[in-house]
Amino acid sequence: MTQPFRIATAGRLGKADPVRFTFDGKSFEGLTGDTLASALLANGVHLVGRSFKYHRPRGMVSAGAEEPNALVGIHRDAARRAPNVRATVQEIYEGLNAVSQNRWPSLSFDIGALNDLASPFFSAGFYYKTFMWPKAAWERVYEPFIRRAAGLGEAPDRPDPDCYANRFAHCDVLVIGGGAAGLSAALAAADTGARVILADEQAETGGALRYETGAMIDGKPGWDWAQAVAADLVSRENVRLLTRTTGFGYYAQNMVGLVERLTDHLASPAQDQPRERLWQVRARRVVLATGAIERHMVFPDNDRPGIMLASAARTYLNHYGVAVGRNVAVYTAEDSAWYAAIDLKRAGVAIAAIVDCRPDPQGPHVEEAQRLGIECLTGHAVNGTGGRLRVSSIKVGPISGGAERSISCDALLTSSGWTPAVHLFSQSRGKLAFDAETQRFLPGQTVQELVSIGACAGSVDLEETVADALKAGHEAAGASGNPPKLSSNSTERWSGGMLGAGEGAGAESTAKAFVDFQNDVTAKDIRQAVREGMRSIEHVKRFTTTGMATDQGKTSNMHGLAIAAEMLDRPIPDVGLTTFRAPYTPVTFGALVGHGKGRLFEPVRRTPMHDWAAAHGAVFEDVGQWKRAWYFPKPGEDMHAAVARECRTVRQSAGIFDATTLGKIEVVGPDAARFMELMYTNPWQKLGVGRCRYGVMLREDGFIYDDGVVGRLAEDRFHVTTTTGGAPRVLNHMEDYLQTEFPDLKVYLTSTSEQWAVIAVQGPKSRDIIAPLVEGIDLSDEAMPHMSVREGMICGVPTRLFRMSFTGERGFEINVPADYGCAVWEAVWAEGEKHGACAYGTETMHVLRAEKGFIIVGQETDGTVTPHDAGLSWAIGKKKTDFVGMRGLMRPDLVAPGRKQLVGLRTRDPKTVLEEGAQIVADPQAPVPVPMLGHVTSSYWSENCGHSIALALVAGGHERMGETLYVPMPDGVIEVEVTSTVFFDEKGERTNG
Amino acid sequence: MADTIARANALEGRFLNDEGITLVRAEPSTRLSLRAPKTAVKSLSKALGLDLPQRPKASTAKDGRVALWLGPDEWLVIDETEADLVGVCASVTAFHSAVEVSHRNTAVLVSGPRCETVLNAGCPQDLSLVAFPVGACSRTVFGKAEIVLWRTGSDAFRVECWRSFSDYVFMLLEQAARDR
Repeated sequence: MTQPFRIATAGRLGKADPVRFTFDGKSFEGLTGDTLASALLANGVHLVGRSFKYHRPRGMVSAGAEEPNALVGIHRDAARRAPNVRATVQEIYEGLNAVSQNRWPSLSFDIGALNDLASPFFSAGFYYKTFMWPKAAWERVYEPFIRRAAGLGEAPDRPDPDCYANRFAHCDVLVIGGGAAGLSAALAAADTGARVILADEQAETGGALRYETGAMIDGKPGWDWAQAVAADLVSRENVRLLTRTTGFGYYAQNMVGLVERLTDHLASPAQDQPRERLWQVRARRVVLATGAIERHMVFPDNDRPGIMLASAARTYLNHYGVAVGRNVAVYTAEDSAWYAAIDLKRAGVAIAAIVDCRPDPQGPHVEEAQRLGIECLTGHAVNGTGGRLRVSSIKVGPISGGAERSISCDALLTSSGWTPAVHLFSQSRGKLAFDAETQRFLPGQTVQELVSIGACAGSVDLEETVADALKAGHEAAGASGNPPKLSSNSTERWSGGMLGAGEGAGAESTAKAFVDFQNDVTAKDIRQAVREGMRSIEHVKRFTTTGMATDQGKTSNMHGLAIAAEMLDRPIPDVGLTTFRAPYTPVTFGALVGHGKGRLFEPVRRTPMHDWAAAHGAVFEDVGQWKRAWYFPKPGEDMHAAVARECRTVRQSAGIFDATTLGKIEVVGPDAARFMELMYTNPWQKLGVGRCRYGVMLREDGFIYDDGVVGRLAEDRFHVTTTTGGAPRVLNHMEDYLQTEFPDLKVYLTSTSEQWAVIAVQGPKSRDIIAPLVEGIDLSDEAMPHMSVREGMICGVPTRLFRMSFTGERGFEINVPADYGCAVWEAVWAEGEKHGACAYGTETMHVLRAEKGFIIVGQETDGTVTPHDAGLSWAIGKKKTDFVGMRGLMRPDLVAPGRKQLVGLRTRDPKTVLEEGAQIVADPQAPVPVPMLGHVTSSYWSENCGHSIALALVAGGHERMGETLYVPMPDGVIEVEVTSTVFFDEKGERTNG
Repeated sequence: MADTIARANALEGRFLNDEGITLVRAEPSTRLSLRAPKTAVKSLSKALGLDLPQRPKASTAKDGRVALWLGPDEWLVIDETEADLVGVCASVTAFHSAVEVSHRNTAVLVSGPRCETVLNAGCPQDLSLVAFPVGACSRTVFGKAEIVLWRTGSDAFRVECWRSFSDYVFMLLEQAARDR
């Protein structure tokens, strides 16, 4: 018989379609609408997992998101293997494949259960005490052991093939939780016309109305009312109702994170349908209607499969039509658990007994239980349980003392009361207040625009809850006047409860009375933590790991706190409450990453000439977000050969280079030159219109920040270039100073980095190449000398033509509006081919500038290099009275002798190419630690020089010309000679060559 | 001398027409990054033939030309007729900065009933008609790219971004369009 525990007359799934699924390879049948937990229970399966530390058999504890035990793996395919899925949340679909975790070789026979016998060894603080010494054991023994033991489940080992979506949303009222309170609040808010978002973690709204049978709202049974309201809300334009959506994080200024599960319940989701959607909601007001979470009773061996929360058993019966056993006992300290027994008895399930530790509970539920002929043992406690893979009996005795008796049962429902779910309230930085009378932490002072209603605010009365919720929703929407009214009442009572350990788990007990099921923390462990000196709950938590599992102690924290408080003999609020942090329940990395993976991980920026370069065989390198052509290998060439050829060709004929990625800033205004004087070390006032200058920018501390060639286009207009990587920060740096230090200057800054495509043409033939294309500019040396800029036309489009050189050759940089870049490049290329020119990439650019000793900021500099160190003293305006970094440059350390200075290095063996970053020493035989003089910043094979070249920062380098130094490497010491930084054309004649 | 070159749009050939959403690249436009203190607003408005907006998120459009408010002294002026905007401002003597950025930006036209939700996949602003009415504009972000967003109709936006970010912006729009 399939689903032997399904009761046809109970629940709401009715004649739903059967669904087949497997658990640990065994095939089962459930119904559409089941969770994995309800479907397994319908088949009589309680045992679903092994506990973390002791590997004790465990079953479903709850029917919701708070579940500590029933964690399984859901394996859709080889790549989609989700670990630690709560069986109580996972909806079943045709073909669902679930596997248990933390057991070997099988769930019913698990070798790891030996830990249970060795439990004295695994006491609280085990890790801290055991893994202390010897030190060497850490790497080989302890860490692998901890890593293997840490965490349940197995992470998938393949990339996640699913996609995830992200959505920002704004609303007037965000309601978290769709029970009686949340629905009422959303309804009242929606009635005002406000924009409302209602999020509920379940597949259907309704909250506790799912199992509470005594509730009537607006003349309808609670559940029916909830479904009608949900349908009404969905139909409204101003409401967005999100089911399967968890409000997991409450951030500043009412930013709330929601995660919506879109496909985890579907048998075959569409290929491109997102699995989850992250909602980042900015709400004017938030209404928290997150309900309360039932606590279990803490007593010896309270963790056997079949022992679960009373509300869970009611949910399985009243919603899913599943009896959690055939002979069920109840152990409680409060009223609502009685209704579980009443409901089950009415459905035809035998009730072994109701055990209530209170001496004399009163009320209609007590009378009803008695009327139904249920044995009610008040003033009694459950002192132990029997059974191995399932509870089979309980030991019950009067609290006042007296004989114990054993009662047979196949399920035990427990409840010690309800903990208001104040997680999001606390995350909002609201202050919790302890209500001594009801022993609960309730929302106190609020910090953000929010209101808590219903059970999470401590209400135990439906009528009060609904009235409060309608008022809260109405007011949250900013409406005045009277809130709407709804008739409501419930015959059920939710009062009573206790915190901490029950009878039989007292201070003298050595029994395993579990507080935290998932992390296997017992009442004894918490007492031991206090005995060993832990005073704050934060220490107790970390020492015992209570509340630190994936369920974050939703069912256990209050018990742990109460036991600690009792041991310390201090009131609960004095011992404190651990901090609630996001996320409320686990959130996948996929949801947080959203669209930002693969091609959308980071913008990939390409220049207008990118496709041309790709078509001509360029190999690209990443420079920040940019793709830059690195070198252009011809068939058969490796990088070395290609770069050697490119370097040769540029100096013999010409080369064409894409310099588009350089940052560009237009500095405009009557005070533009004054501003430039302040931002750069160089003088600018006297730079003529149409002339260029190499500028050096410092930070306040005197160190080089950026550099670049600047052209003066007009008295009040400069075209500034920056390094590729420096473009955004240099503009920000300039804006900062302009707005905060020099606000009186009449000047504006505009980024033009992407306005201009830049084609560098470098080499003796460069002028011949561009001349046929240029109109309106006299390219003669007299009319347009080195370091000048002209505006004119090229190929019929406007250009800012710079005569400048980063190679030491005669050179031009053609700036054209970006959309024309590729066409102009092709025209230049066609002319260049006539002269034997080549296209070259960033590697050749690096070599050619190093041959000339030109620095690259970020390569020769590292944030500790001054212009003097870099050999750029000439770039500092001697007569200037102020610029950013001027005072920094006067600091004693920056003018002290022996600073690291930029020099050239030549290896004794001209073929040896040094390694960039290699250290330089004076005497390789010196005793360790050998004093380091500096390091190699750039190093290349120079085809044009016929030997290797290197630049290096060396202590006192400028005084060491001709000295022999050493570069110790793993395979030998390399001898080098300190030289000038200029290796090629020392007189600089080739710029006009 | 080569013939006059046509503009090569970075989004040439990119197009998406899906249920409730259309993505298409904008036609070539001229653009001006305009910076000016209050003292120059009047004369610049006169030269441009439209009143430079002075309120946050406001724009003024006239005859294919629009001025988008980006900051207290900053506007992005776009002209779909490709008029010479720098030339237009050249006559204004009051202190200001007019910088040619026609090719710095490119634009995607996003339209259809789903345009708000598609943009909200990467833009954190409230794009409801109440908070972001037709004509509203803002310099904001879309995923990891900076954009200037301008609402041209109840179901239509123009998304301006820097040229090299347009591939990313278009791909993210396409990806967002798949989330129904």
